[in-house]
Amino acid sequence: MSTSRQWQTFNSASAGFLRDADVLVIGGGPAGAWAACSAAAKGARVVLVDKGCCGTSGATASAGTGVWYVAPEPAKRLAAMESREKLGGYLQDRAWMARVLDRTFESVNLLAEWGYPFPQDDDGELRRNNLRGPDYMKLMRRQVRKAGVAILDHSPALELLVDEDGAVAGARGLRRQQGDTWAMRAKAVVIATGGCAFLSGGLGCNVLTGDGYLMAAEVGAVLSGMEFSNAYAISPAFSSVTKTLFYGWATFTYEDGSPIPGAGSHGGRSAIARTLLTQPVYCQIDKADAATQALMRVSQPNFFVPLDRAGIDPFRQRFPVTLRLEGTVRGTGGLHLTDETCATGVPGLYAAGDAATRQLICGGFTGGGSHNAAWAMSSGFWAGAGAADYARQSTRASRRHFQAPAGVALNDNGAAEFDPAGITRAVQNEVLPYDKNYFRTEGGLSGSLAKLDSLWAVVRGAGQSAVERVVKAREAAAMLATSRWMYRSALVRTETRGMHKRDDFPELDHRQRFYLISGGLDDVHVWARPAAHHPVLENAA
Amino acid sequence: MIEVVSDTRCILCNKCVQVCPMNVFAAVKDAPPIIARQEDCQTCFMCELYCPADALYVAPDVEQITHVNEHAVQANGLLGSFRGVGWAIADGADSPMDQSFRLTSRG
Ligand SMILES: Cc1cc2nc3c(=O)[nH]c(=O)nc-3n(C[C@H](O)[C@H](O)[C@H](O)COP(=O)(O)OP(=O)(O)OC[C@H]3O[C@@H](n4cnc5c(N)ncnc54)[C@H](O)[C@@H]3O)c2cc1C
Ligand code: SF4
Ligand code: SF4
Repeated sequence: MSTSRQWQTFNSASAGFLRDADVLVIGGGPAGAWAACSAAAKGARVVLVDKGCCGTSGATASAGTGVWYVAPEPAKRLAAMESREKLGGYLQDRAWMARVLDRTFESVNLLAEWGYPFPQDDDGELRRNNLRGPDYMKLMRRQVRKAGVAILDHSPALELLVDEDGAVAGARGLRRQQGDTWAMRAKAVVIATGGCAFLSGGLGCNVLTGDGYLMAAEVGAVLSGMEFSNAYAISPAFSSVTKTLFYGWATFTYEDGSPIPGAGSHGGRSAIARTLLTQPVYCQIDKADAATQALMRVSQPNFFVPLDRAGIDPFRQRFPVTLRLEGTVRGTGGLHLTDETCATGVPGLYAAGDAATRQLICGGFTGGGSHNAAWAMSSGFWAGAGAADYARQSTRASRRHFQAPAGVALNDNGAAEFDPAGITRAVQNEVLPYDKNYFRTEGGLSGSLAKLDSLWAVVRGAGQSAVERVVKAREAAAMLATSRWMYRSALVRTETRGMHKRDDFPELDHRQRFYLISGGLDDVHVWARPAAHHPVLENAA
Repeated sequence: MIEVVSDTRCILCNKCVQVCPMNVFAAVKDAPPIIARQEDCQTCFMCELYCPADALYVAPDVEQITHVNEHAVQANGLLGSFRGVGWAIADGADSPMDQSFRLTSRG
């Protein structure tokens, strides 16, 4: 078995697997796959690493997504932008929404050219608003390979490397099926590691532990909108399948069968969460007629598989449901972007997909989806192109020196390592409960932060993790760091906006239409930046 | 969670080892892979989808091991059945079964 010795040899660049690239993409979900393709299309030499496997890993591959695909007709586009602004708390930026609508239209049409089998409607038109995960991501892996990108599966990145000026110079990680390490020199890096769902068991989400946020923050990047990080999704109580569309046809009931007032999938999840605090909640998809039921089965077969296997007929029988935290996966917080190339402000570092903030197009709420998928393909496309352009212009040649930040779990300070499972459980205790994270209060947030800060002190003081535990240790540390940006931001936003609900400030406060930026690891800081100009709101004021 | 690797069906291709996002399986020389880290299984069904021999069964419970009986899931046709529920590219078919546009325009 490998020991921590092997890990220490990293700095001498004697990693098991050393390689050079113009652009390194970390994460192979839709955002990373599009980034790799667009960087390669610009002539860059690209390597993509994934913690799991590009094509099956991440939220999209197993879940599938509706897509914000809107024909380029001005009236339709305007309606699409307006329709979600209120839900998102008017934090969207119309210029970004327009760009994403344009880019998504192009990219989805490319998918059709590449062979994605979009269904036809009765008029013979292809309907391109939905992508089934396993099909979409299998196709994307094929395209990434066709583009000449080298893919390393089961190769989680653990930290970024910087040069003497602090510009990002590569990354290093583990090849966990070989039991050795990799190091990569790259002129630019795209973080596409997805969001952070705190190992809550949502569909495809346990690979999503906020690793990219931690790596980026260690080299100086900051985050935005981390208060919008408490997306909870409905699933059967025993199941991972957090696909929620069909709950629009459901009735939610108490144990005795009587309906729970106000409970529903859209706008009624709070009532479900409040009930779950004290008793089980049941559900039956009783409002779908036979024709609808048949459409449901062919459209989202993975919704039914766990129910079928458990012997439950969801149309005729009640089954217990729960709410699983999806954090920033269907939340909107993530790495702050400084320009239209999806740069992070750290030279050479780009971010895309759920790893980046989606406030620019969703504000503080993503709800029934489609924006996330549009964002992943658009931001991925731009980040890959931006990284390739940066790499081409880069005068920083291979003479660069590497430095590793040697952050938590990687710091060889001689102290004992921390227990990743213990830290993970302690973080989950603060972020999963509905009475702490769904319904937030000053007292609750402060109490949690006191515990999370002291956990950080433990992790910070601990020594280097052994190779066989280092992935879980970095995941635990990333979830811990994420929870502190999330709750510090939530404490500062003394209002209810988007998915951020403060029981002690239940109303939206018009003076708080701003973005909250958060950053820092030992000391977490939060500050406000003005939101984008809004044509209607500001004329009315 | 993943509960069954059928030794009688497995053709030793190690596809499941490659596609599992959580690295739950471990390859074994000249033998079917073993479920090495069951507690890490996220119940995403991807291994079952990619197994060419219908040799895998992912039980629906993400919270606990339910001690599924291999013969029972084989007898009732469930073994490997996540394949064939209607995927297109991932199933090697190209038929667009997806009708969700009819649902989103209604619901
Ligand atoms: C059940 C469910 C339903 C959804 N439905 C919709 C919908 O209908 N419409 C919509 O728009 N959105 C939907 N979403 C959200 C959507 O799936 C995500 O926004 C989208 O997957 C984001 O893409 P991504 O590439 O950024 O991240 P992901 O697809 O999550 O991929 C991230 C990748 O990064 C890899 N990774 C993580 N850490 C590391 C590391 N340290 N090193 C290397 N690789 C790493 C992971 O293995 C993974 O492959 C849904 C999400 C869920 C969970
Ligand atoms: S994918 Fe199926 S056939 Fe291949 S090794 Fe795994 S269980 Fe065996
Ligand atoms: S269900 Fe998913 S996580 Fe579990 S073993 Fe199969 S592929 Fe791996």
